[in-house]
Amino acid sequence: MTAPAAAALTQAHGLDLLREMMRIRAFEDRCYQLYGQMKIRGFLHLYNGEEAIAAGALSALRAEDAIVATYREHGHALARGIPMNKVMAELFGKQTGCSGGRGGSMHLFDVARKFYGGNAIVAGGLPIAVGLALAQRLRGEAALTACFFGDGAVAEGEFHESLNLAALWKLPVLFLCENNLYAMGTALDRAQAETDIRARAAAYRIDAAAVDAMDVLAVEAAVAHAAQAIRGGGGPAFLEMRTYRFRAHSMFDPQLYRDRAEVEAWQKKGPIITLTTRLKAQGLMSEADYQRLERECNTEVDSAVQFAERSPWEPVSDLERYVYAERRA
Amino acid sequence: MPNDAPEPAGALTYRDAVREALSVALREDPRVFLMGEDIGRYGGSYAVSKGLLATFGPERIRDTPLCESTFVGAGIGAALGGMRPIVEVMTVNFSLLALDQIVNNAATLSHMSGGQISVPLVIRLATGAGRQLGAQHSHSLEGWYAHIPGLRIAAPATLDDARFMLAAALALPDPVLLFEHLYLYNMEGTLTEGLERVDLEHAAVRRTGRDVSLISYGWSLHKCLSAAADLAKEGIEAEVLDLRTLRPLDDAAIMASVRHTRRALIVDEGWRSGSLAAEIATRIVEQAFYELDAPVARLCSAEVPIPYAKHLEDAALPSPQRIAAAVRALLAPSGGG
Repeated sequence: MTAPAAAALTQAHGLDLLREMMRIRAFEDRCYQLYGQMKIRGFLHLYNGEEAIAAGALSALRAEDAIVATYREHGHALARGIPMNKVMAELFGKQTGCSGGRGGSMHLFDVARKFYGGNAIVAGGLPIAVGLALAQRLRGEAALTACFFGDGAVAEGEFHESLNLAALWKLPVLFLCENNLYAMGTALDRAQAETDIRARAAAYRIDAAAVDAMDVLAVEAAVAHAAQAIRGGGGPAFLEMRTYRFRAHSMFDPQLYRDRAEVEAWQKKGPIITLTTRLKAQGLMSEADYQRLERECNTEVDSAVQFAERSPWEPVSDLERYVYAERRA
Repeated sequence: MPNDAPEPAGALTYRDAVREALSVALREDPRVFLMGEDIGRYGGSYAVSKGLLATFGPERIRDTPLCESTFVGAGIGAALGGMRPIVEVMTVNFSLLALDQIVNNAATLSHMSGGQISVPLVIRLATGAGRQLGAQHSHSLEGWYAHIPGLRIAAPATLDDARFMLAAALALPDPVLLFEHLYLYNMEGTLTEGLERVDLEHAAVRRTGRDVSLISYGWSLHKCLSAAADLAKEGIEAEVLDLRTLRPLDDAAIMASVRHTRRALIVDEGWRSGSLAAEIATRIVEQAFYELDAPVARLCSAEVPIPYAKHLEDAALPSPQRIAAAVRALLAPSGGG
């Protein structure tokens, strides 16, 4: 399977994709500051540089498709349509957060939007995605389950078990490997005997393609193509999204494992710059348009921060709620 | 992992009761399906699911590859997706390969999502020692699982519970682990006439007595009943409490029995250190200390990996003889102290 070429770009669609990436970037740049101000605590993993994957993939998927993501999932949550207010409030640990303040950055949930979490165990989400897809199949739904994970997950047993089971049972799972070249600080070639991740998927007879994930249009086209094949009953598909993380792994990472020059080289071909350059070159966006988008994103982030600041804390008296379900099955 | 010998025709075994529970669940709820290793064509490692594949077909009786973590996780995902999966993990020993999914996902998702998600998943596991299967096939780790908030843990020890606990578990929106001691599968008996359901909340007094409370569950329950019968010949009347559910524990029933008899012996095939028996003993001390006539006593497995040789395995496990001896010590004039 090779990734199909991106379709001709309309102005409206191009600006939508750019806006989505820019609002994720603006949200997370603010998160970085808020972390320094101790408004956000715990672990905070930023998606900076990888935004094209969430923006492109979620654009190509349908609302009824289920999403399983990792602990680096702010972008996926926002692109899925979870209101920024609720995501920011969750990072603040507030009652109005999308997980009621019980999850935090790594555990964003919105079941109404079929967003089944940030999972903070590497590869821990893959079996759940297989099960969601099994339920979709058994219930006769046309939906699929998109499962995001990083290159680090490829080393885990659950990765191999899940690919095998999904392929064996021909389940509607779209495996989206966000290969940013480092599992925390361990480079891919220091962890994997076979560094071509597509080959791992192919070993389970799953169609696999690699995508330049600095190009949101390529991501969107590849996901749309794979989703179509899955909906046609072809079983799971696998996309290796070749990307790069511009910021540190988390807020506690001095980045001793990579060169500054490497980071800068990737930043020059970042997903926002790439699309901005293309839209301008094609005459689909002016500098004024770009600045307007930037203002809109910053305004949305400002109001999300205000919402989170103003929101109440969950009362401690409710600490033990939800350990067991409060409604009958 | 050998199949057990077939039971005599006509007799109702614990195995039959579990199989009937599975059949009824599959018949009554189209969301229910079974998933696990060798549950279909092979008929189940303990022959529990034998025949179900022919009746319900491969979409609902799903043989899985050997991938405990992923088929348990897939059970969680299917539960999130609106199904009512029953996952068979062949034995508790293999559930260690699925701990990530059970502890990090099944137990946490409801709370961590602020109550948006529930995980109505039932996991059945064989547990326990006594068949000379060696250390890696003889664990009793239900007490471990009972440590985890978010899980419900139960241990059917009677035919009635084998027949009806599954429906009670399926009716709950939470993940439930049902531990079936491997010694119970061949146990024969009859169902209580007219019984249609059981709960997953209450312990049950299986024998009444005034002198001591034997608190147990699973196969150990039957060792306690055997010991109680022997003790009765000596004029010692032991009350035998079947915990039934290990999380949550039925504190009220435990305390009621202990207040009645004023002495307690907890019998648990798990190891003693950091055990379920330790938890129960502590609760008794916290809630009924001044009503005790003797220190709370425990009989657990020896703190060794369960050995293969029969004489060593026997020596490692609670037995009716050791239970009776522990009771006599409790009732001795020194008060067992």
